[in-house]
Amino acid sequence: MTERARSPHNLQDTHGAPQQSPQDAPSVQNAPMAPPLRNAGTSGRAQPDTGRAAPDAVSCTGLSYSFGRTKAVDGIDLSVASGEVFGLLGPNGAGKSTAIRCLTTLLPVPYGMVRIFGHDAARERMSVRRLLGYVPQQLSADASLTGRENVALFAHLFDVRRRERRARVALALEAVGLADAADRMAGTYSGGMVRRLELAQALVSAPRLLMLDEPTIGLDPIARTSVWEHITAIRAATGMTVLVTTHYMDEADQYCDRVALMHRGRIRALGTPEQLKAALRDRDDTGHDGGDGRAAPTLEDVFRDVVGGDLGGALGGAGSTGENGAGEEGGDFRDVLRTRRTASRVG
Amino acid sequence: MSSAPAARPLASADTAARGLDLLLTAPRARTGWRVLPARVAAMCLVELQKLRHDRTELYTRAIQPALWLLIFGQTFTRIRVIPTGGIPYLDYLAPGIIAQSAMFIAIFYGIMIIWERDAGVLTKLLVTPTPRAALVTGKAFAAGVKALIQAVVVLLIATLLGVTLTWNPLRLLGVAAAVLLASAFFSCLSMTIAGIVLTRDRLMGIGQAITMPLFFGSNALYPVDVMPGWLRAVSAVNPLSYQVDALRGLLLGTPSHLPLDFLVLLVAAVTGITAASCLLGRLAR
Repeated sequence: MTERARSPHNLQDTHGAPQQSPQDAPSVQNAPMAPPLRNAGTSGRAQPDTGRAAPDAVSCTGLSYSFGRTKAVDGIDLSVASGEVFGLLGPNGAGKSTAIRCLTTLLPVPYGMVRIFGHDAARERMSVRRLLGYVPQQLSADASLTGRENVALFAHLFDVRRRERRARVALALEAVGLADAADRMAGTYSGGMVRRLELAQALVSAPRLLMLDEPTIGLDPIARTSVWEHITAIRAATGMTVLVTTHYMDEADQYCDRVALMHRGRIRALGTPEQLKAALRDRDDTGHDGGDGRAAPTLEDVFRDVVGGDLGGALGGAGSTGENGAGEEGGDFRDVLRTRRTASRVG
Repeated sequence: MSSAPAARPLASADTAARGLDLLLTAPRARTGWRVLPARVAAMCLVELQKLRHDRTELYTRAIQPALWLLIFGQTFTRIRVIPTGGIPYLDYLAPGIIAQSAMFIAIFYGIMIIWERDAGVLTKLLVTPTPRAALVTGKAFAAGVKALIQAVVVLLIATLLGVTLTWNPLRLLGVAAAVLLASAFFSCLSMTIAGIVLTRDRLMGIGQAITMPLFFGSNALYPVDVMPGWLRAVSAVNPLSYQVDALRGLLLGTPSHLPLDFLVLLVAAVTGITAASCLLGRLAR
């Protein structure tokens, strides 16, 4: 359940205590309400006999991936418990999408690096894919098909039999609130509707792990809320594990059980949003005398703190609160240039 | 918009998520040989659905073959410079134009793959339990379905122009098979190139550059016997020639080498599918 601090730069290590204990807190505590019954007997998935009762939804050890000389993902260790809503956060180019694409078998990984519900992503690609529902970053519905046809395609591709197909497709569309628009061409949908259509496409195969890459990017606030509410409702109804990447810290704070903050291909902090914020607050309180009445830190402050310390280098010692605006801005700018280059390659 | 709509989705999301029982059970997985036909059927169905929604492409694509038959065909029928073995040139030309128009559809299919890559559709397809070879085969036959519809259109145009073609259902089935296999090959050739060049613009250029040599370096317009030696060599390795030979034999009953034609087309299709499957990963990266 814990992220092993591999990097010597890891701030959490230098700051010590506050972070350690919460990190060790098993996510079982804040794990979702009782995972609803899955008809395991009738499902085609064979549970691998690993000896453990329930393998983690995702576990990766030392996950790395490079595009040429650019290390997009640089050795991350991560476990996502079954039933969790887990957020992978970070700025553009932090390596979130690459990490997700390694987990979805889109990018080849060596044996033993990634396991999805106990299935190895290198050796058991097909079993892994059957467990996944994947929504990529782009709005990827086929505009020249109706919503229903878009979902039906994925029902076909996941071997939903003819007698179940119509009902399943209708259910999936209903679950995302698109029943009324189902027979319109997807090209006429708004951004938020396309996102929900993609959710339906992912849902139709009853995945156990839903992977969403920046699900709310480019959506207006109402559509964002709506997408998240559907994700939350579906998760509550099905007990699906949800792995989501985002750079909207407020969304992660609100909807994720646990989050990992990624920067430059590494995980810099990991825990529940509350743990991370509490850790920062405690540190701030000890650093300054009296806390000078600042507002409670947000997840964004945590991220600034984690990243700012890394960029600041020498500044980090004294002004670890991240209030050194100028230094951070400079760092951010360099960072943006760097990430742009990576992003164009990573896609 | 007032504040009301913001609150509504929650309610609808809650009610919608109820009764998801069916969505809790994963479908039973197809295994082994059953995967391939299922995926091919799914891809072909999507192609047909698209054509049903928008037939514009069907109509516009009928223009060029119609012009070939009308202008080129009628003119050369009149001047009788091409030795056709006793049949009117228009008849001789019709199977060639069927093959050509089918090829034109298939050869730009790689652009669609690149478009799907850019739009994120390909990534999503690659995360389904569909082996790459099955995905490519599905796409190849989807291109074939489109080409087949095109072939029917050209057949009708040719009939309207007075070409006497066979209506023997068995022979027509053979025509369909030849068109499907050849389109599978040409679309895979296109997807293979897409996997190498990776961008739409480059693929457009290459597609333009190879269609003409493929077309003119075949027996679609004139018999192989009148070609210079080097062009005969091109024709001998050009699957389009074998397709045209098969179509002529089946539709007009002219002497042809059907077993060889179908063997070449089959081998070409399988080779194309293999090559495109190997390179598909490059597009996903």
